[in-house]
Amino acid sequence: MPQTITEKILAAHAGRETVAPGELINVRIDMALANDITAPIAIDLFEKSRVESVFDPEKIALVPDHFVPNKDIRSAVQVQAMRTFARKYHIKHFFELGEMGIEHVLLPEKGLVLPGDVVIGADSHTCTYGALGSFATGVGSTDIAAAMITGEAWFRVPESIKFIYHGRLGKWVSGKDLILYTIGDIGVDGATYRAMEFTGDVIKDLTMAGRMTMANMAIEAGAKSGIIAPDEVTLDYIKPRAKRSFESYASDPDAAYADVRTYDVSNIEPQVAFPFLPENTRGISAVGTVPIDQAVIGSCTNGRIEDLRVAASVLKDRAIDKNVRLIIVPATPAVYRQAMAEGLLEIFLAAKGIVSPPTCGPCLGGFMGVLGPGERAVSTTNRNFVGRMGHTTSEVYLANPAVAAASAILGRIGSPEEL
Amino acid sequence: MTLEGRVWKFGDNIDTDVIIPAPYLVTTDMVELGKHCMEGVDALFAEKVSPGDIIVAGTNFGCGSSREHAPMALKGAGISCVIAEGFARIFFRNAFNMGLAIFESPGIVQGIQEGDQVSVDQDTGEIIDHTNGKRFLANPIPPFMQELIEVGGLMSHVMSKRRT
Ligand code: SF4
Repeated sequence: MPQTITEKILAAHAGRETVAPGELINVRIDMALANDITAPIAIDLFEKSRVESVFDPEKIALVPDHFVPNKDIRSAVQVQAMRTFARKYHIKHFFELGEMGIEHVLLPEKGLVLPGDVVIGADSHTCTYGALGSFATGVGSTDIAAAMITGEAWFRVPESIKFIYHGRLGKWVSGKDLILYTIGDIGVDGATYRAMEFTGDVIKDLTMAGRMTMANMAIEAGAKSGIIAPDEVTLDYIKPRAKRSFESYASDPDAAYADVRTYDVSNIEPQVAFPFLPENTRGISAVGTVPIDQAVIGSCTNGRIEDLRVAASVLKDRAIDKNVRLIIVPATPAVYRQAMAEGLLEIFLAAKGIVSPPTCGPCLGGFMGVLGPGERAVSTTNRNFVGRMGHTTSEVYLANPAVAAASAILGRIGSPEEL
Repeated sequence: MTLEGRVWKFGDNIDTDVIIPAPYLVTTDMVELGKHCMEGVDALFAEKVSPGDIIVAGTNFGCGSSREHAPMALKGAGISCVIAEGFARIFFRNAFNMGLAIFESPGIVQGIQEGDQVSVDQDTGEIIDHTNGKRFLANPIPPFMQELIEVGGLMSHVMSKRRT
């Protein structure tokens, strides 16, 4: 039976030859992830179960990134619970401040998630790792508690939708724009319960950063996972990082899909998603005049070194508008140091932006740049729901790093072409 | 078992950020989370809601983050069940794992008004609007998930398997 890459990975982890969409299966997992919001619930449940050890202390990652550096006493208590748990059960991959970064940038960077893996995370953007050719999906804390005991998780095998991207991307058009454009096309529930498989010559030419941005936002179309089959670009990224063996899978040419969508992307512009849903997308030329109070460049979507380089190329020798606050968040310590070595931090500071330590912070309205009533932000993050970055009357416009940087300079949402 | 209560109606794409805004995720206490339930759409919701009340919503209910605090906040606020045209997948999964009753019933938004008195038979999936007399049927729950509910959620399921 011909199979998709997703079906092959799930079958291999269920100890089966093949699996079919709709089947409920139990799979072995290669990594279980939780953060400072979701881990405390999982830890509580684990402790209540009175099981004496976790299934494998090397296959659990605990990343305190959402409200860290601790924004208040209660968030400190949540991280304490993680730290105590990590020590007690010898969890190898607990990341203390200084090594901590945004989970979905950190785990691939550290080689903790590899092609062919099954990864579950108590965070919806766990789907990011599909960019490496793994099956990765967001679950709840209870699933993580159960997985820490059994090393397994249950799934309904998803149907897949194949997305084929042809053409050549314009100068300021990136993975972020491809995924926003796609969500604009299919809607925020356009792929619910399904796997989004990204293919085509445009994907082949994308960097790992661009691919991770795309897989990251599969959840924003309701998908269970996003996936890109490993190629040389993937292996170049993985090989220096992997400390265990892995397997690359690819879909059979005659595999069955619930839908196949083909896009010619040569003419798409940088995309902006208007409040309050990621599907409210427009090309940058159709945005009109939208003044902004804040620009945020960072997050698990666009906080990688490639993103900071693009932002710096726009901000170099320029200053931001005096009515705008610019917050740049390198996603991990490694990204931060690389940005420092390349002189990018100097460019950001000279432009009158600020550089935050690695954290989720502003992305979910936690701290480090919360919006007040009626304020507007352009942001490279992935969600623009009501109140996502602060007050319920504030507004978030999603865009790529080049547009966010240009908008900070212009004082309104705009393109680098306008500078 | 039958659940019965007054209906609060919401639209499509009710996301977890409005069900329980991120600033309140610094606790895992259900009652405390319940005090801020639905604050993103209706700041006074937690004050107005009574134990047993039912939420009726459109498509893609619970989209967004994987926070289990969302079903917890709904339970903490006293909501007995959520009936929607459709659910986002992580929320769907979390609700079963946590033991919040949810029912998928296409067409429900048209047929039920806010404030109506509604009952749901958990075994048959029959939904009755006692205010206008209309009846609806919820989509059947997959057998494995039925099993999860019967044993009291995923953790009980895991532990019972370990003991056998
Ligand atoms: S950066 Fe934002 S979207 Fe990504 S994990 Fe953190 S809070 Fe979630």
